[in-house]
Amino acid sequence: MTLDAHVVVQRGSLAVDVDLTVGAGEVLAVLGPNGAGKSTVLRVLAGLLTPDGGRVALDGGTVWDDGAVHLPAHRRSLGMVFQDHLLFPHLSVTENVAFGLRTRGARRAPARAAAQAWLDRVGLAGLGDRRPGELSGGQAQRAALARALVGDPRVLLLDEPLSALDARTRLTVRAELHRHLAEYAGSAVLVTHDPVDAMALAGRVVVVEDGRVVQAGTPAEVARRPRTDYVARLVGLVLLPGTARGTTVELEGGGTVAVGEEAAGPVFVAVRPTSVSLYPERPAGSPRNVWPLRLASATPHGSVVRCDLAGEVPLTADVTATSFAELRLAPGAPVWASVKAADVSVYAR
Amino acid sequence: MLAVAAVLALAACGAPADAGSDGEVTGAVTVFAAASLTDVFSDLGRRLEDDHPGLQVQFNFAGSSALATQLTHGAPADVFAAADTDQMDVVTDSGVGVVSRAPVLFARNQLEIAVPPGNPGGITGLTDLADPERTIALCAPEVPCGAAAEAAFDAAGLTGAPDTLEEDVRAALTKVQLGEVDAALVYRTDVRAAGDAVEGIDFAQAADAVNGYPICVLTDAPNPAGALAFVELVTSDAGREALATAGFTGP
Amino acid sequence: MPLPLLVPAAVGVVFLVLPLLALVVRAPWSAIGPQLAEPAVGQALRLSLVSATLATLLSLVLGVPLAWVLARSSIRGRSVLRALVTVPLVLPPVVGGVALFLVLGRQGIVGRLLHEHLDVTIPFTTTAVVIAETFVAMPFLVISVEGALRAADARFEDAAATLGADRWTTFRRVTLPLVAPGVAAGAVLCWARALGEFGATITFAGNFPGTTQTMPLAVYLALQSDPEAAIALSLVLLAVSLGTLLVLRDRWLGRSAAV
Repeated sequence: MTLDAHVVVQRGSLAVDVDLTVGAGEVLAVLGPNGAGKSTVLRVLAGLLTPDGGRVALDGGTVWDDGAVHLPAHRRSLGMVFQDHLLFPHLSVTENVAFGLRTRGARRAPARAAAQAWLDRVGLAGLGDRRPGELSGGQAQRAALARALVGDPRVLLLDEPLSALDARTRLTVRAELHRHLAEYAGSAVLVTHDPVDAMALAGRVVVVEDGRVVQAGTPAEVARRPRTDYVARLVGLVLLPGTARGTTVELEGGGTVAVGEEAAGPVFVAVRPTSVSLYPERPAGSPRNVWPLRLASATPHGSVVRCDLAGEVPLTADVTATSFAELRLAPGAPVWASVKAADVSVYAR
Repeated sequence: MLAVAAVLALAACGAPADAGSDGEVTGAVTVFAAASLTDVFSDLGRRLEDDHPGLQVQFNFAGSSALATQLTHGAPADVFAAADTDQMDVVTDSGVGVVSRAPVLFARNQLEIAVPPGNPGGITGLTDLADPERTIALCAPEVPCGAAAEAAFDAAGLTGAPDTLEEDVRAALTKVQLGEVDAALVYRTDVRAAGDAVEGIDFAQAADAVNGYPICVLTDAPNPAGALAFVELVTSDAGREALATAGFTGP
Repeated sequence: MPLPLLVPAAVGVVFLVLPLLALVVRAPWSAIGPQLAEPAVGQALRLSLVSATLATLLSLVLGVPLAWVLARSSIRGRSVLRALVTVPLVLPPVVGGVALFLVLGRQGIVGRLLHEHLDVTIPFTTTAVVIAETFVAMPFLVISVEGALRAADARFEDAAATLGADRWTTFRRVTLPLVAPGVAAGAVLCWARALGEFGATITFAGNFPGTTQTMPLAVYLALQSDPEAAIALSLVLLAVSLGTLLVLRDRWLGRSAAV
């Protein structure tokens, strides 16, 4: 492992206690809501914040050990990319990228040459003489990436690197970041609150809520089997805890759901909103999962309308705008919801 | 010539039959007086207040030249007492008609060498104040004590060797009290007022550098009766006695 | 523009500018040439400019690090420290001069040692002028640089740390350039205050032409004997400080502020 950390920090009312390990060539995404302590963890890894306990080892060497060992930030071999690039406004782009090489003792000419080579790699050839203020947001973030990577650090820390960019720029910079992370030989930690970033860029995801790791796994695992409401919502699922007996799950909130696979004991039931159908009357035939519910709220969501439903089984349904219009639903109106058992996934809690 | 004018003025200013002297003496009297008069005038002011219940005497003590500037720019006051006739002339000659009666000389003051206790500089006379090796404070030539100091050095045929030319006599005395200069030329009254904080050394040429102190009621005095009462007290026997105790000599 | 702002603003301008205009109007223009040709005037002006500039340099060397400590460090009693170093702002300068005597005078805590062992006496020298001006003017620089440091984004310093820069390198290569406009403004303020310094200077450094008599002292003493000369000298001081500030604004403040 090139990064092995147990971070314990008390920040106001938030108690952070997080274990992280990242191997060489691996990209770990730390996913969580704002205020969950993700950035705090990253600042501890960087050495910008002194933790209250735990241990941080980078590249085999301990850089922090409960107060006994404390290597300051500038002596840790790492690169960091910040949300709003933080390029030094008084230096040219080339000087910004060469900064880390110069502080670590490189002479001016070779440092500039290396910086320019990196600017070429991130597609900023010819812009090196500009000031950061003369770059677009996407260009500035690419320059910040070059600045973090130019010294070939063993660890790369990315703190919400895409969240300050507009949607279109984010797409191109994300693709570029993906390419560089794939080529990167060290350990990378990406902090983000955007599941798309985590899924697209990371090989492994840990979900942090309220200072604790609530789920860890590959992006596919996390997306398919969320374990908290927060993750479920992020990946677009409705999560219902219950107790399984065969292909029937007794939900904790009351009601039962028929599921496609047999299970036993405490489970999560995950329902995708697109597989929920709505009817003005009880649907004909005899589907096993059919409930009379009420419309709590409806919001446009891309090409569909997302309907939050209240009742025995609180579900969310995505219906096309046309269907929604045909249903003539107003908030509070009764509606029948149905979902095929085969479309409901079940996994142990 | 100034002295002659001042003596003539004595008669005019001191005449007790002037209108206003019979009036009831109450209210506030504002006296602008040279800094060297601080102690003795404060004392006399309290005495006047005791004699005239309902009278308040307020003082503005400062360098005579600063006071002269304030008066010619319209500062409201009843009495002006200066440390030399030059500054009184500034007020009388200003053409703004601020002096109702010609000034009267009421005291004289002479210079003395002030040294810190123990005389660390080993000062014996005026000659030592012409020694560049010593740290010496004099008053700036623009203010009365500086003019007097120049006169004293001229009389002795010496050139002073000051390290600093102070803006008023109290500033020069402060430097001695702080022990930052070996000696300063100040008024005898200042040496006396400073008590044990400084030692005084008389010198032969002191008599050649004597300041006369004129006092006068101002034309626009808001309280002419009170002003006259104060001037009369200063020039009375009791006033002279108080001035003598402070180290002044008679006019 | 709203009237409740416009009217007081206009009154404020009149209040500040009218006295200066009065100086210009009442100046003895016919006599001003010979007045200013006096060697004593040139001497006082030169001394003022040199001592104010030296005081500003000394304030920069000591004051910028002090501002950094106040703005960035986490030492205990920082607010007490800030209050202490800004005391000269409210202290009557004459009292400041006496306080300097008590430290650096012949009988002072430090001055006594200098006097007895090194035969160095500070009062009544040009050095004393620079010290007095620094004492009074440095807080202006400290306050203004500390404000600039607080307003500057400290995360740039985090970024520098992750790029291998220790705190000293970060200070030199990142923090200082970022707050350069604030440092420049503080230095100008400090210089202007030092140029006009009177009370602490006349107390601690005394008044002697050529060594310690700066322009404000010359003006004050001229006022005792020759008010017209005082006005002429004041005009020189006014012209020099206005001219310097304008030049600095164009050449230096303007450019760094544009970054």
